[in-house]
Amino acid sequence: MPVICPLCVRLLRMALVLLCVAGLTFGLMLASPIDPIDAYLGPQIAQASTEQREMIAARWGFDQPPLVQFGHWLGQLASGEMGWSHVYNQPVSEVIAQRFQRSLALLGLAWLLSTLLGFALGVLAGVRDQSPLDRIINSYAYITAATPAFWLAMLGLLLFSVTLGWTPVCCAGPSGSLSDDLGLATRLHHLALPVATLTLLSTAPITLHTRARMRELMASPVATQAFAQGAGRWEVAWRHGARHACLPAITLACASLGELFGGVMLIEQVFAYPGLGRATVEAALRSDVPLLMAIALFTALLVSLGNATADGLYRLIDPRLRRQG
Amino acid sequence: MSQPRLSALLSTALAGLLLASALIAAAGLGDTPRQMHFDARLTPPNLDFWFGTDALGRDVAARTLAGLTLSFWVGSLAALFGTLIALGMALTAMLGPRWDALVSLVIDTLLSVPHLLLLLMIAFALGGGTHAVIIAVALSHWPSLARVLRAELLHLRQAPYVQISQALGKSRGFIVRHHWIPQVLPHCLVGALLLFPHAVLHEAALSFLGVGLSAEQPAIGVLLGESMRHVSGGDWWLGVFPGAGLLLMVLCIQRLGETLRRAWAAR
Repeated sequence: MPVICPLCVRLLRMALVLLCVAGLTFGLMLASPIDPIDAYLGPQIAQASTEQREMIAARWGFDQPPLVQFGHWLGQLASGEMGWSHVYNQPVSEVIAQRFQRSLALLGLAWLLSTLLGFALGVLAGVRDQSPLDRIINSYAYITAATPAFWLAMLGLLLFSVTLGWTPVCCAGPSGSLSDDLGLATRLHHLALPVATLTLLSTAPITLHTRARMRELMASPVATQAFAQGAGRWEVAWRHGARHACLPAITLACASLGELFGGVMLIEQVFAYPGLGRATVEAALRSDVPLLMAIALFTALLVSLGNATADGLYRLIDPRLRRQG
Repeated sequence: MSQPRLSALLSTALAGLLLASALIAAAGLGDTPRQMHFDARLTPPNLDFWFGTDALGRDVAARTLAGLTLSFWVGSLAALFGTLIALGMALTAMLGPRWDALVSLVIDTLLSVPHLLLLLMIAFALGGGTHAVIIAVALSHWPSLARVLRAELLHLRQAPYVQISQALGKSRGFIVRHHWIPQVLPHCLVGALLLFPHAVLHEAALSFLGVGLSAEQPAIGVLLGESMRHVSGGDWWLGVFPGAGLLLMVLCIQRLGETLRRAWAAR
């Protein structure tokens, strides 16, 4: 029981938060200047008479109070019906499924690489406080935290794609080819630069956090004891430090999915990579309300799962928290 | 003075000087950022145009400076409003356990939507434009600061000296004025300064995506968005300089915020 109950509470809380996200999204879209009937009519807007508009409003429930509309929407969502995306002319669920598949490669690779790189850099920097290595890594972390993601992506594009011609200029594959018959090498070739940019930009928080943890440990009695027994700095750093710092690093990585998705939106825009991030921007620019709402909920679910995993990992690995329940 | 302290002081002074000079230089620009030179379109950097010119023959250096000023003001306003919201929310959480739970729920909700997506949706709901960007950035950046302030206030309420003060019969107003404000105000100031870089970067990102400041305004995000169209032509100066300017400005503000934070921590 003591292990299951916090999980129940956690799941209930997550459901509540997601319901709030749905409410927030719905409220924002209701407040937006987009008229749902105009959006539905599209180019035929000039031909519709007032009576026809009223019929459409009654048919789709736009004449109902907002709370009833919200209830309808939630009911439809629960049965898996997310609506029709007019930008992509496809059901929203299909758009998200297709695009997320492509973004997943970008997101997953960048997430994995930035976690590993950030952790390694943090450990290296924390081994010896104020060493030249520490200073270099520290400045790197501060500068990348201040760099606009889309600017760095553009610099990469200018240097590697336009000037040197090493990487493709855009998209997830050569133009005109279907995404199904692309080889792994082609896919990776198109992913290389976006993943590298995203990785470089996402390492800073984990690096700084791990560095702080390492400094803490290197000044602690544990380290002093180990030094007294004749252990070297690197040995202490590896044996005690890396273990001490790896859990917070993983937790931070799980909790950083939201920030990473923001990066994906910008990077996909620069590289014209047809993933979920680009779909989000298109949906906002071209007022595709059903798609935008569904993406908001979907990414909120993703971020919540990341946060819950971070929390769960802590409980699973740290026995002190488990005992507290 | 020790060497690290001296270098920290020097870099802070340099950061302040750079920021001030950029703002002053931009104030003296007048109409230059919008002036077009049709005989000098897309020229690379030279002595007349230090950062080159864009497709309409406008001076990229002047546009960059104007954009930085715009970013600075938008960022300042957004950081100010964001801090006020954070403070208000933290105070609301103090009203009782129910209010506290409500504030926590709002914070959790906002933090579970990817930051940039939340900004995008708020800007979308408000129909874009300068005011929409400021409101969106302010509305989406307060949760983390509110958490810090809430923890600080909770801690303060339990602090022995505040309880003694209460037991001695001091009024609520006295406690707020003499105990709460001196403790929380520095957090707010530092929080606002640390919020600023995020606000500026997110404003630029929104404008870059096309939902932020309008395309006629010489904002950094707009400049970089325009330069994307010329990337394949190899016109590097259009994007490199405005972005570098933004990076430099964010670094300067980070430096100032960090110095202020340390000064307060040392007290």
